[in-house]
Amino acid sequence: MAAAAPGDLALIAKRWKDKRGSLIMALHDLQGRFGYVPRDAAQELGKQLNVPLARIYEVITFYNYFKLEAPGKNIISVCMGTACYLKGAPEIVAKLSEKLGVKAGETTPDKQFHLQQVRCIGCCGLAPVVTVNEKVLAKVKAADVVDQVYACAKGA
Amino acid sequence: MPKFTPSELDAHKAKLLAAPAKKAVIKVGLNTCGDAAGAQPVMAAIKEEVQKAGLDAQIVKTGCSGMCALEPLVEVTTAGAAPVQYGRVTAEAAREIVEKHIKGGRVVDAYKVPSVGDMSSEKPVPGKQYRIVLRNCGVIDPESLDEYIARDGYQALKQVLSGMTPEQVIAELETSGLRGRGGAGFPTFMKWKLTRASRPGEQKYIICNGDEGDPGAYMDRSVLEGDPHAVIEGMIIGGWVIGASQGIFYIRAEYPLAIERIEKAIKQARANGLLGKNILGTGFDFDLEVRLGAGAFVCGEETALIASIEGLRGTPRPRPPYPAQKGLWDQPSMVNNVETLANIGQIVLRGGAWFGAIGVGRSKGTKVFAVTGKVKVSGLIEIPMGTTLRQVVMDICGGTSSGKPVKAMQTGGPSGGLIPASLLDTPITYEDLGKLGSIMGSGGMIVMDESDNTVELSRFYLDFSVDESCGKCAPCRIGGTQMLRTIDKIVERKGTAADIAKIRKIALTMQRGSLCALGQTTPNPVLSALRYFESEWTERLVPATKK
Ligand SMILES: Cc1cc2nc3c(=O)[nH]c(=O)nc-3n(C[C@H](O)[C@H](O)[C@H](O)COP(=O)(O)O)c2cc1C
Ligand code: SF4
Ligand code: FES
Ligand code: FES
Repeated sequence: MAAAAPGDLALIAKRWKDKRGSLIMALHDLQGRFGYVPRDAAQELGKQLNVPLARIYEVITFYNYFKLEAPGKNIISVCMGTACYLKGAPEIVAKLSEKLGVKAGETTPDKQFHLQQVRCIGCCGLAPVVTVNEKVLAKVKAADVVDQVYACAKGA
Repeated sequence: MPKFTPSELDAHKAKLLAAPAKKAVIKVGLNTCGDAAGAQPVMAAIKEEVQKAGLDAQIVKTGCSGMCALEPLVEVTTAGAAPVQYGRVTAEAAREIVEKHIKGGRVVDAYKVPSVGDMSSEKPVPGKQYRIVLRNCGVIDPESLDEYIARDGYQALKQVLSGMTPEQVIAELETSGLRGRGGAGFPTFMKWKLTRASRPGEQKYIICNGDEGDPGAYMDRSVLEGDPHAVIEGMIIGGWVIGASQGIFYIRAEYPLAIERIEKAIKQARANGLLGKNILGTGFDFDLEVRLGAGAFVCGEETALIASIEGLRGTPRPRPPYPAQKGLWDQPSMVNNVETLANIGQIVLRGGAWFGAIGVGRSKGTKVFAVTGKVKVSGLIEIPMGTTLRQVVMDICGGTSSGKPVKAMQTGGPSGGLIPASLLDTPITYEDLGKLGSIMGSGGMIVMDESDNTVELSRFYLDFSVDESCGKCAPCRIGGTQMLRTIDKIVERKGTAADIAKIRKIALTMQRGSLCALGQTTPNPVLSALRYFESEWTERLVPATKK
């Protein structure tokens, strides 16, 4: 992952500095830029926003959405909302887990894939749902999921 | 950019309505889910074919019509004919539809599916859909302010600002009987009245709760994506009534399209004098901003939500003081759910008495549900209160997907409970669902057939709640984990009758001792499963004699 680009950080800080309570919004921007919240970038952002690093970490660790480590090139999210759960999401996770050799929440050693479970993404009518990066796969079957995921992955 | 005055708004609406209609209108559902189902290539194919043939057709991108399982959805209306709904449309099918239906005037039966209209009625009758909140969803282009205005958009705001008093609006809400759709069912008029009366003249805030935490439900996403201006209009009216100059949308980060559509709609409203300084030339100043959630279910709870907007960890705090007294930045604040706000404009326009005549008892109006699980036509429905659970599954959603009998339904998500098939004739009201040990909730509705297992489903919900507990208070933090361990023991067939007793005891402690409703309601799915499906639990126990 690229090192913190000072220009980006300055822009993010400028956007949120004068808005009250905007730390979470600034962190969203930061994660949008890096794919996770790198420690050095968080520190620099804290300096520019006048927020101690401890407070930033207090927030990042509370909210599931923020990632502390680089998640890998391709993020595979399996929806574990109720609708998807009832329609076979656990089997889909098991299948991917077996193929990639990682548990949900982990990144493959070659950093190509990050497998995670997410809460409902709001497409329950199409359950079970898996997303690969931005792409949403609908009505996924455990038997096909590995092929489908590889087809959408970048550069693997 | 034109800044509307009340009369200009009306003139603009008249102009829009007078515009000559195209020979054909083609609507493509393009919400998050439509996109997922492959609606983009369908849209592209339609555009290309229409252009190639030089047809006089209007192509509209719409939100969710509710027939979610049949996406990608395309609706075709030709001059003088009723709309025809096509489902599971591919790019090739779309080309065929343009060729045969738009050009040739023949309906393509192969892709035709029932439309929402087929399942709805003109008048609100239990057992049929009736659309207030979803009236524009799947009908208009959510990114077009004009289409909203042509469908009476911002008329309620105009009416409120040019002649009503805040007390009159509150009185209409009282007559309407509208109660909060976020789960708790608190009378909306009361919340507005209390916040209005609180510390007059000081800075106040109105907050839209778009956190939609119930996993497996997406009513609020569909409304935010499908009719963003309706929620914004509700916010402006609410802000004016309570005396707020600032409103905040709190939307889950997992809903990027909803965020984008709301941000776009806010800009449009601002550019047209419907938001910002001197709204509709009446001197009222009010503006909106968007804040994102970050994946914490507990942030749907109003005090946690407020903490999150302040940039803090989203932990609930004891009430009182209620947000109406001390909310965001310690100022009087009012948190309303998306669906609650989407009802406001229609209640103002059509009158509280009209709304109050729909529904039964103390449950008035309609409710939107996301019906999922083992149901044939999974999707979004809006029904008058008092419709029975059976009418929803059997009449509106076509029974189970497997053809097996319904075993149970679950409302209220992780805070709600299971309702067994024997009680499916229960009318959907706050009171009736409460009596059965479930809740109305925000609109999640799960159908289970006989192949599903209630021990597993209740464990699933419990696991969710335990994972989402903020950990602030012991009954929720410790009780939840202990209950989960005990259930796991039973699932592994190592539990005894004493473990069931232990679950009940922990449940009581959590219900009585937890600080917020998350902990208080965490035991609900388990308790209801024990209540109605006890044998599924006892058959997993180790007989006492063996020990
Ligand atoms: C754990 C928890 C989660 C909640 N999640 C939501 C939610 O996602 N959306 C919502 O509108 N209300 C949610 N609520 C209810 C809110 O606290 C609040 O009552 C509601 O937003 C008020 O709006 P209403 O009166 O319009 O329903 C939740 C409550 C609790 C305790
Ligand atoms: S009940 Fe649970 S979620 Fe609510 S404050 Fe206590 S620990 Fe947090
Ligand atoms: S439960 Fe998976 S998309 Fe809603
Ligand atoms: S049509 Fe897509 S959510 Fe309903």
